[in-house]
Amino acid sequence: MALAETSPVAPVQKPQGYWAGVGARLVRDPLTMICLGVVLLLILSAVFAPYLGLPDPYKGSMIARLKPLGTPGHILGTDEQGRDMFARLIYGGRLTLFIGLSPVVLAFFIGGVLGIVAGYVGGFVNTVIMRTVDVFFAFPSVLLAIAISGALGAGIVNSLVSLTIVFIPPIARVAEAVTSGVRALDYIDAARATGASALTVIRVHVIGNVLSPIFVYATSLTSVCMILAAGLSFLGIGVRPPEPEWGLMLNTLRSAIYVNPWLSALPGVMIFVTSLCLNLLSDGLRSAMNVRD
Amino acid sequence: MLSYLIRRLILVLPVAFGVSVICFLLVQIAPGDPLTAIMPIDATAEEQAAMRAAYGLDKPLPIQYAVWIGNLVQGDMGKSIASGRPVATEVFGAVKNSLLLAASAAVIAFPIGVFLGFLAGYFQESWVDRCVTALSITGVSVPNYWLGIVLVIIFSVNLGWLPSMGAGPGGSGAWEWDWLHVRHLVLPAVTLAVVPIGIVSRTVRALSGDILTQDFVQALYAKGMSRVDVLRHVARNAAATALSVMGLQLGYLLGGSILIETVFNWPGSGFLLSNAIFQRDLPLLQGTILVLALFFVAMNLIVDVVQAAIDPRIQRT
Repeated sequence: MALAETSPVAPVQKPQGYWAGVGARLVRDPLTMICLGVVLLLILSAVFAPYLGLPDPYKGSMIARLKPLGTPGHILGTDEQGRDMFARLIYGGRLTLFIGLSPVVLAFFIGGVLGIVAGYVGGFVNTVIMRTVDVFFAFPSVLLAIAISGALGAGIVNSLVSLTIVFIPPIARVAEAVTSGVRALDYIDAARATGASALTVIRVHVIGNVLSPIFVYATSLTSVCMILAAGLSFLGIGVRPPEPEWGLMLNTLRSAIYVNPWLSALPGVMIFVTSLCLNLLSDGLRSAMNVRD
Repeated sequence: MLSYLIRRLILVLPVAFGVSVICFLLVQIAPGDPLTAIMPIDATAEEQAAMRAAYGLDKPLPIQYAVWIGNLVQGDMGKSIASGRPVATEVFGAVKNSLLLAASAAVIAFPIGVFLGFLAGYFQESWVDRCVTALSITGVSVPNYWLGIVLVIIFSVNLGWLPSMGAGPGGSGAWEWDWLHVRHLVLPAVTLAVVPIGIVSRTVRALSGDILTQDFVQALYAKGMSRVDVLRHVARNAAATALSVMGLQLGYLLGGSILIETVFNWPGSGFLLSNAIFQRDLPLLQGTILVLALFFVAMNLIVDVVQAAIDPRIQRT
């Protein structure tokens, strides 16, 4: 007690939590914040597209086909059926972003659980899960996505299923690697020695320590997933016409490259900007969360 | 080395088995009855049952798989429903063209990627580094099927310098090494090279930056070794990892060229695959995927063995 009385009074300061630290580092990173802004803008404009006073993205016009950029009333011109390009690009974000991002979210949960279980339990369970994962690694991701989508046929649900299957194995592999690393640490043994059940140890001691690397890795896959999702539609095995979707629009506008070349490249610009921002955002998160690969 | 080779070869077998199972299952997950494609609409139930038995489709799945794999090891991958020709003939003809495209892209991408990555690693945190980093992140973010379209717009539509379609004049399939054919290769190969340039330069940058800060580099300088000789040591240290990344990229190029082949109507495996998908030609789909995946497995194997041959540290683990 005497020690506490004689020591100089330190200002009472609540230690900064992990997430507060990550947030503070992110805010100080201008590039990451710009990318976050762009992605949020794209998501919000896609979600609220019906309330933005845009022209009907499905309504075509025989006489106003392939109008160039800057046409009055059609700021970004019209597509091969005379539909307003700007409206279709904004509406196109709905399906493109949904199909481009949700497979990674689904794969994050499924692959994360598989990897954590494999890493924690080890032994036979690990062998079964990880050897299955190895088999999927024998396919380049593009090939696997096209193979499954091609066999299942076109459609939104089929695209979601095939892309989720593509991204489960890499996430599971990362989750397994970090979990078996944490599993070998002394405090896990200590927790087990106190009689905690496997589920409790995973919930209390493992999840918190493996989540950041798995999460950062998953965010790094979003850009690839976006490109693949739009690519499936571009090939004609994703979203079906006449839905506005960037990859599909890129495909249908290909016939117009001799008439109005730059107009036909517009949907790709959207895919490119989104995927670039997602990549930079993931890089920013990685350094803000201090995750090393 | 021999024991490592044998151990690694044994590891390939279960993966190859798994790959064949997935390719077999691809046809099973396809909606619809495979018979509807070949049977007339007014076929009676007995006729359908007879056809089912003739194709072995009435047997349980494991038996069907065993029959399929039995034919496979004898080089029989079935017949294409659309063309009636053996799948093996169709696939290997197309894979040859894809390999040509993938190899050309690799020849463009790898030297550029290594050079840029090394430059960035050597001048870390300088403007050179920043430019290369920006370039490589752009390279890995760009949807290459869109980049292909943009290049077509610039070099075929606007400038008229290069053709945008096919692998030769008049869409002929026979490849020859003359300018008439090679000019068809330029745009697709450059398009395909962009992603690996990004990935290889990123890897080499991290690798060389890492090695340059190690103590042995200081030691070599301290004993008076010239800059060029020191860099030779650095390159040797980076070689194994860099080569393995490039080997895998070559595999990705072959499997990932599907979209680019569609953009440029390149008569390769991707083109074949998209035809198979739209004509619901399942045997052809299955065969193409199988060959491409097995090529990727083989590529992985070669990469590991070469890596072990270069870097003696690997065999001990």
